[in-house]
Amino acid sequence: MILIYAILIIVVLSFVIIPFSNSRMKGITTMISVISVSILSSIPAIKAITGESIELFLSGTIVTSIIPVRIDGLSAWFILTINFTFITGIIYGMKYMQAYQNQKSNLSLHWISYILAHTSLISICVIQNSLVFLIAWEIMALSSFILVIFENYNGKVLKAGINFLIQSHVSILLITLGFIWVFYKTNSFDFNSIKDFSNSISIFGSLLLMIIFFIGFAIKAGFVPFHTWLPLAHPAAPAHISGVMSGVIIKIGIYGILRMLFIIQTDYLTIGYFILFISIVSGIYGVMLAILQHNLKKLLAYHSIENIGIIGIGIGFGSIGLGTGNNLLSVLGFSGALLHTLNHSLFKSLLFYGAGNIYQSTHTVNIEQLGGLGKKMYHTAFLFLIASLAICGLPPFNGFVSEFIIYSGIFSGIHNAVFLNLLFIVFSIFGLVLIGGLAMLCFTKAFGSIFLGSPRHIFHYEPHESSFIKLIPMYLIVVLIVSIGIFPGYFLKALSLPVSQLTGISGIAFNPLESTISTTISQVGYVSLLLIGIAGIIFLIRNRFTKLNHYKTSTTWGCGYTGETSKMQYTASSFIRNYRKLAEPLLDVHKFKKEVKGIFPDIAWHETHPKDKIEETLIKYPVRQLKHFLHLFSVLQSGKSQMYILYGAVFITLLIAVPQIYNLIITIIHFLNNM
Amino acid sequence: MISFGLIILVSFFFTGIVIRTKSIASGRKGPGIFQPIKDIIRLFKKGAVYSETTSFIFQIAPGIYFASVVMAIMVIPFGQYKGIISFEGDFVFFAYVLALGKFFNIISALDTGSSFEGMGASREALYSMLAEPAFFLLMGSLALLTGHTSFHEIFMTFHFGSYISYALGVMATFVLVMICMIENSRMPVDDPKTHLELTMIHEVMILDNSGFDLGLILHATNLKFAMYGALIANLYFGVLPLYYSIPIFLVIQSLFAVAVGLLESFSARYRMSHNAQFIFTLSSVSLLIFFGVLMILGKLV
Repeated sequence: MILIYAILIIVVLSFVIIPFSNSRMKGITTMISVISVSILSSIPAIKAITGESIELFLSGTIVTSIIPVRIDGLSAWFILTINFTFITGIIYGMKYMQAYQNQKSNLSLHWISYILAHTSLISICVIQNSLVFLIAWEIMALSSFILVIFENYNGKVLKAGINFLIQSHVSILLITLGFIWVFYKTNSFDFNSIKDFSNSISIFGSLLLMIIFFIGFAIKAGFVPFHTWLPLAHPAAPAHISGVMSGVIIKIGIYGILRMLFIIQTDYLTIGYFILFISIVSGIYGVMLAILQHNLKKLLAYHSIENIGIIGIGIGFGSIGLGTGNNLLSVLGFSGALLHTLNHSLFKSLLFYGAGNIYQSTHTVNIEQLGGLGKKMYHTAFLFLIASLAICGLPPFNGFVSEFIIYSGIFSGIHNAVFLNLLFIVFSIFGLVLIGGLAMLCFTKAFGSIFLGSPRHIFHYEPHESSFIKLIPMYLIVVLIVSIGIFPGYFLKALSLPVSQLTGISGIAFNPLESTISTTISQVGYVSLLLIGIAGIIFLIRNRFTKLNHYKTSTTWGCGYTGETSKMQYTASSFIRNYRKLAEPLLDVHKFKKEVKGIFPDIAWHETHPKDKIEETLIKYPVRQLKHFLHLFSVLQSGKSQMYILYGAVFITLLIAVPQIYNLIITIIHFLNNM
Repeated sequence: MISFGLIILVSFFFTGIVIRTKSIASGRKGPGIFQPIKDIIRLFKKGAVYSETTSFIFQIAPGIYFASVVMAIMVIPFGQYKGIISFEGDFVFFAYVLALGKFFNIISALDTGSSFEGMGASREALYSMLAEPAFFLLMGSLALLTGHTSFHEIFMTFHFGSYISYALGVMATFVLVMICMIENSRMPVDDPKTHLELTMIHEVMILDNSGFDLGLILHATNLKFAMYGALIANLYFGVLPLYYSIPIFLVIQSLFAVAVGLLESFSARYRMSHNAQFIFTLSSVSLLIFFGVLMILGKLV
């Protein structure tokens, strides 16, 4: 209770201080506020994750009735993830926003929204009163909208922001619909009543309820086909916001789905298949489009869709396990999903911060214009490399651990599965492996063409490494990435409570096979350590040998050609050309080129514009049709005030006349009946 | 431990046998079977030339590539004897650790900023991505058949009972051989003896490596060959005692090497643009194995 008040006081205090301080102080105030809110909210979260769930009731108002605040394992896991990402985000962002320090009022709004987004996210995790939940959700949606449109003087940014705002509200609409249904039937806002309600209605009804909630939350999380806002909003936002948004704001959708799965008692098997299918499609579609992107931040945004897909695969298997009574499958599915939620928030925010460093030193995020940055931005290159390896799910980093857990789940479910289940299993193995392979193609492209080779473009200012303060949070993330990769056992222990809560086999989540599963996972960590060791030893031996022999530097081997070769090197587009040729029938790539012709050819060029087919058919086409339809009524918009007054008069007349006429008709009918 | 030692041993002469077979098939005498390892030792002693364009990636990549292959070998069992590392789902680790090596190989090729090496890197990334599903579907089917998820237990319990299982064994061997050829960029997909950079995959990626690094990369290829050979041999061991299984292992490895040599002598490389389709069809062979397993288990509706 005291904690809640303390958090509120800190938030309000910082709202007062931020507008009245100078640009530098605004950032610092926000940082202090975010860190103290994080510490205060982490205390109960850590308690909850170690077994002391907290439940308290705020008195609320007449409208909201009592507000239950419950911190259980699931909320605690998300609170801790949110806090970590927001702390790294603010340390990074504080320095990042120095470039905009003359936009004072804009900055105040930005930082206030940052604090608001943070606190609203935490409250979403703990509040279990549907009305207040929706209010918190709305605050979160609005504040993240303001965060995205920081550069609102840029038309594109504003457009992306409004797209985001509208789609967030479609999501809110669906969630509200679900809550209204429950409230209408039970007359209670408490989440517990949803549980009772879902028990009382038919299986079909509870499935429908679950699907309504799922789609509502899926828009936030960015599952295909509800993902279209993501690739627009991420490039528009400042780097730290993209990091935070991709890291945790979209994860709140995952939280919502998990919470609803936990609450709504339904046919878990069907819903599991449903989630699994959507997730596999999201995973593959996300990464397929990511590879084609030239804008680094857009590429990363599509990768978020892919990773949400991987998390979804875990959730899908978790609920299939619940449905079939396969405890091991559901434990592994849910723990893989939850761990991947944390993992993705780590490496994705790291990647976005890296993209921010690149943007601030070169003023572009177009992959085709970058190159050879590795020698100028040594730290950023190293950090980006670690994050790329982690996001591809390669050992010895954290991405591998969570993907390994999901794989173990799949393979543990394979032996006693029935035919339909098996088809899904094969489909998901295929999907996961393909996602992994495509991610590797994507990140070798991204890392290779940004940091390696020679520069492809001459910048006015020489690119340089970012300031030390920006690198601190990035190294902090790397520490966590590596420690999850090497000591996954500890993190799994922290997961056991949230997972056991989800699987409903309270307290014995890891016990059924504790010996094998946890030892296997810890073994993966030791093996990763061994891998690092062997690589280190080989490197040392190599250094001994190369010291013995003399070596020299020379130009890259060019088949006899020794001139300037930077224009001849492979570009990002050519690197993925083979893939593009393969994927073209499935995707929509617009291509323009001018061929090299004649003896003295002029400049030739080649452009590709990857389009999102789903966005075209699901969003843009209907919107165009709607616009077309509404255009029919544009006659009414004459611009003459007389006409508008006339419309008003007609409207009022109708308002009065229609009931009158209606009454008249009724009287006449009565009269005729009585005749 | 046994498998690790034996694979290292076989790696010393595997490529030698391949080269010797090719020489004999084309009517030449050819070098001794230990020539490749002698070349590698010579490379270890040599100095190196580094490109000015390269960064630290180029320095660390060969070592990590080699380490990844060594790690992958440690997972491989030998009949009833476990590999050095063995846990549930270790074949996932096997595939991913090899992918780690490939990642570094690819970015080290891009690090040179060369007009050729990017080409090889691009192909390597695409082909290995396409080959991966076949391996996972194969291992998944075997896991389904045996009810175990580690290499050791799968191979322990995998045995030939019916005609279908023989067919499965043959198809699994085919898939593994093909994956091995793709991973090592050998004949149907890539010709290591070609002299045109435009048609190379693996060879073109390592154009700028020299000295110790080149030795590491070349020996990693040998190790990979022996590693896949060991995987194939494992399909046929079951629980035979050592005095049978070690000779069988050596025979199978040599047969595999001879087969590779013959394949390379008498077949032509596929067109580069058709490689992708070819590799992807391997997955369908794996799917056939999967349905075969379903038939054995009587789960096919």
